[in-house]
Amino acid sequence: MSTQEIRFSGFGGQGIIRCALITGKALSLYDDKFATMTQSFGPEARGSACAAQLVVSDSRILYPYITHPGILMALSQEAYDKYYGELPDGGVLIVENDLVKLQSEHTNLKMYRVPATRFAEELGNRLFTNLVALGFLTAVTKVVTDDAMKKALPGLVPDRFLKINIKAFEKGYNHGLEALSAAGAAS
Amino acid sequence: MDGDHALAEGALAAGCRFFAGYPITPSTETAERFAERAPEVGALFIQMEDELASIAALIGAAWAGQKCMTVTCGPGFSLMTENLGLAAMTETPLVIANVQRGGPSTGLPTLTAQQDMMQAKYGPHGDNAIIALCPDSPQECFDLTVEAFNLSEFYRVPVIILTDETVGHMHEKVVIPPADQIKVVPRNNYSGPKEDCRPYKFDSKGGHPMVRAGDGYNFHITGLVHNEMGYPVMTADQGKIVVTHLMEKINSNADDIIRLEEDQVEGADIVVVSYGITSRIAVKAIQDARKEGIKVGSLRLITIWPFCEKRISELSGKVKAFVVPEINYGQMVREVERCAHGRSEVISVNHCGGAVHDPEVILDAIRKASK
Repeated sequence: MSTQEIRFSGFGGQGIIRCALITGKALSLYDDKFATMTQSFGPEARGSACAAQLVVSDSRILYPYITHPGILMALSQEAYDKYYGELPDGGVLIVENDLVKLQSEHTNLKMYRVPATRFAEELGNRLFTNLVALGFLTAVTKVVTDDAMKKALPGLVPDRFLKINIKAFEKGYNHGLEALSAAGAAS
Repeated sequence: MDGDHALAEGALAAGCRFFAGYPITPSTETAERFAERAPEVGALFIQMEDELASIAALIGAAWAGQKCMTVTCGPGFSLMTENLGLAAMTETPLVIANVQRGGPSTGLPTLTAQQDMMQAKYGPHGDNAIIALCPDSPQECFDLTVEAFNLSEFYRVPVIILTDETVGHMHEKVVIPPADQIKVVPRNNYSGPKEDCRPYKFDSKGGHPMVRAGDGYNFHITGLVHNEMGYPVMTADQGKIVVTHLMEKINSNADDIIRLEEDQVEGADIVVVSYGITSRIAVKAIQDARKEGIKVGSLRLITIWPFCEKRISELSGKVKAFVVPEINYGQMVREVERCAHGRSEVISVNHCGGAVHDPEVILDAIRKASK
């Protein structure tokens, strides 16, 4: 891998920017990569459509923005509608199963659905949706290691919710591994 | 960490123990970080009533012996310019970070710009030689804040960090070295006999000690033209002595102060002159232009003021054109034009703010310049 570009998207309050922060920290500090995160900043980050961009590389990143996103995580319909078109053939699309209605089957993409909100609610609070989705993304993309992601959590989630966030991450991660093997079996 | 937080960490690493500020987007995170960290290192953070008071408090704290800093953006910086002039005139070391957002006026609070480049130097009335630095990453926000304090202490001058919303809110890895590996210029306080105490020396040089209030020395600080004791001497002759010193302590030491980053400038037909976040956008256009066979170099201004007039002069006539992208309607491009002496074409790639350039626009300018 030389450079990988990831877009995290959804609506403000889902923890979209937090997803990019956690992944960026995990890559930079624990996976020995370089990562640059830029984000929606302003009213939109606090209610409506919200997105964060993460550029990942083995070497120092000069241009800080996404030009050829290979991975899109869309946790809202608006985010999916707006961004899926920028994925190239073979790109990874991860959508929130219950919040996103697909416009097609996207047979040219590696398409995954994750019931992140439902899983989070099963853990007691839909606030953990982003960590479920992150766990899932970690498993299916392997762009970052699960170990690094868990190490990155302290300081980026409240201490008193650290354990439950790890649990949410693992729930998503395990579901991702299952989805990956199911996809492997299907192809 | 993001660039704003790195500014605060850089200040702490440089020995800054006093911060007075008034929160304003997109610089607030710096104040938050400093406020959070202040008790850990015995520093003082004060949220002031406004920006006028913020910089006034800094001037007081500096003469009381502290290294000090504030952060703001355009609207706040405008309010600070009066006392910025006072700080320059009284040779008070302090650091101001301006995390630029779109203007004029309250403009675009959450969106990026590089529109205060000229204001940093020409905002205050009267002749004004200050130092301004421009980081392109969170790492440089840390590194250049340390350097800002060092320059500020040595030359006893306000140093302005001209960053922007994009770098301020961009998250990247920041390596903070162990304290003993960070070069820090300590505050130099006069401690000699009372009769020899002079808070000012007008010799166009840096390295002069401060005199700390409360140490028992009698001296005066004023915005009026003054003598070496700081007392007003309102004559044209003394004005010449003071203003020459203020200007030349920076201008005549420009070679020691100025830092540039060059890439393939020697032998280039086109040189892109850029700074801050725009240099990281330009890099993409430069790479693409090179793929098309255009000999294009990059000159990144790390030091904005004093301006690198010598280097641009040297290159003028050798290069066909300078291309100057910046997120304003064309500010530093005027400096490049001045120093190109009409011997090379100078092309402005301006932008009204609120976003970074589309690299294609810069690439087009490079293509046109090369024809």
